[in-house]
Amino acid sequence: MSENSHGIGGLTFDAKKRAWPNEVNVLIALLAIIAIFEILGQLLPYMGNQSLLFDFDTGRDGTILNMARLKIIILQVSITGIIAIGATQVIISGGIDLSPGSVVGLTAMVAMSFAQTALVNGNPNPKAVFGDWAMDLPVIIPVMVALGCGIAAGMINGLLIAYTRIPPFIATLGMMVTARGAAKWWSKGQPISFPTEDFGAIGNGMSGWSPVVIFIGLAVLFHLILRFTVYGKHTYAIGSNEDAARMSGIKVDRHKVLVYTIAGMLAGLSALVVSSKGLTAQAGMGVMYELDAIAMTVIGGVSLSGGRGSILGTVLGALIFGVIISGFTYLKLDAYYQEMVKGVIIVAAVVLDQWRRQRAATNA
Amino acid sequence: MSDVILETRDLTKHYGGVHALQGANFTLRRGEHVAIMGDNGAGKSTFVRQITGVEQRTRGEIIFAGQPVHFENPMDARNAGIETVFQTLALADQLDVPDNLFLGRELIKFKLGPFSILDYKAMRERTLDALQKTGVKIPNIRGTIERMSGGQRQCVAIARTATFHSKLTIMDEPTAALGVQETAQVENIIRNLKEAGEPLILISHNMRQVMDLCDRIVVFRRGRICANLRKEETDGQDVVAYITGAKTQPEYADAM
Repeated sequence: MSENSHGIGGLTFDAKKRAWPNEVNVLIALLAIIAIFEILGQLLPYMGNQSLLFDFDTGRDGTILNMARLKIIILQVSITGIIAIGATQVIISGGIDLSPGSVVGLTAMVAMSFAQTALVNGNPNPKAVFGDWAMDLPVIIPVMVALGCGIAAGMINGLLIAYTRIPPFIATLGMMVTARGAAKWWSKGQPISFPTEDFGAIGNGMSGWSPVVIFIGLAVLFHLILRFTVYGKHTYAIGSNEDAARMSGIKVDRHKVLVYTIAGMLAGLSALVVSSKGLTAQAGMGVMYELDAIAMTVIGGVSLSGGRGSILGTVLGALIFGVIISGFTYLKLDAYYQEMVKGVIIVAAVVLDQWRRQRAATNA
Repeated sequence: MSDVILETRDLTKHYGGVHALQGANFTLRRGEHVAIMGDNGAGKSTFVRQITGVEQRTRGEIIFAGQPVHFENPMDARNAGIETVFQTLALADQLDVPDNLFLGRELIKFKLGPFSILDYKAMRERTLDALQKTGVKIPNIRGTIERMSGGQRQCVAIARTATFHSKLTIMDEPTAALGVQETAQVENIIRNLKEAGEPLILISHNMRQVMDLCDRIVVFRRGRICANLRKEETDGQDVVAYITGAKTQPEYADAM
């Protein structure tokens, strides 16, 4: 074999054929979608007033990417985005988690019960679940309660999946139904309101930016963890080839418990932000959050068959999500169309992912 | 220390009523390359599974590097220095070469439980060393396994043994799924191991390969060892006679 030959036995390996990171594709998709909305927004008003879809009289407000709109875009995805960070890790490990929406509902109820203020406008708090002892507690207590609640739910998911060997779909479906029931049972269906000022600051602080800061902070943290720690490497390995991971001595069962526990903890954090932002908790909170979160990860290039994807991709996926919702409002389109288009985009993202992988396989 | 690296005494495995392996007495010396041959179901893989801790033996003793050993799982065996290239390669397709080489025993820069920081640089360097040592050429070690040919994948799996300075390498039909050129490459790597003095147990159906690469051939038949042949004293015809049952060496005859 000559010195400059590539590969083994004369087989060549073309480094140039290496696909660019998938995140680049997602970023291009994001920019394309923004551009489409921008162009539509500029053109549509001049196309006559025959359209049933548009109400041109009210006009538009500037371009799609002004600061105020950007804030709305990121704000509305940051709460489900926190869940999507957990969903990304679960899906990379080859699993799925259907429970976070319900866990948000339950955790919001429980945490809010420990965040009650004693006096509302000088009158005793009418919505308190517990007596005087649970009034005006320092904010750290509801925060710890929320984290504990999310961690417990996630750990139950993980233990069920790892040690009873039932499919993640079933285990987390069970948690989804059970947690929703528990959320309703907690206050017999009554909403809980009137938290302390400190608790309200979690979701409303930094002139309203705090959910975004929490979301981005967590995204950066977990992106680095997935990329640079043993935990991340093992998460990818398990999703990529569980048997190989087991044979390599990775404690697969223990690792799965950890992955689902982290996902549960992030659901708990999301519950903190959403209940604090709205200054109230209801049993119906978080419905469909898990599906939005899964959609964000899939749009962001995380493969549902495991082993592939990143938090960065998910964040971009979340932004695509936000831009679409916001863009429809910008074009004054009915909310019904949003959901319909959202569904189409989720399916299109998975089809694209399949197609890309088939192409990569035939090129290899 | 004696020069025997692995010895089994009366190694036996029963699956319920099926006697898959019966009283195997086997020795392997340092630097020696031994082939295990036999028909399908003769007990070759069962034998290897007992040594590597994939299964627990019914009876018998395994002495590795002078010590009686009892491996609970493949990781125990690996930590003791027995590296196995499994038939199903045990590679994670979406990870790159260093990731796969160090899977389950990553090098750590900063210890923090499950969140320990990986030392990518050291792992890359040691990967390059291992590839050089085994003579494996993979131009881009940061490419993922899914983009590699069958031969390259096999080479990555074999390179794992070199990375961890194992005391014994076991290969289970490493070239069964490969083309002619790729097979030649894998055989070259095995020769490099021989030159480096690394002992090897090779399970293979390929008579030419076995005659080329190994010093000794141990033949299994119906769960028992039926022959232990030095390469110089035998030929393909002879080995086939032992495999098919036409011949049995006198010292093993009473068991048959």
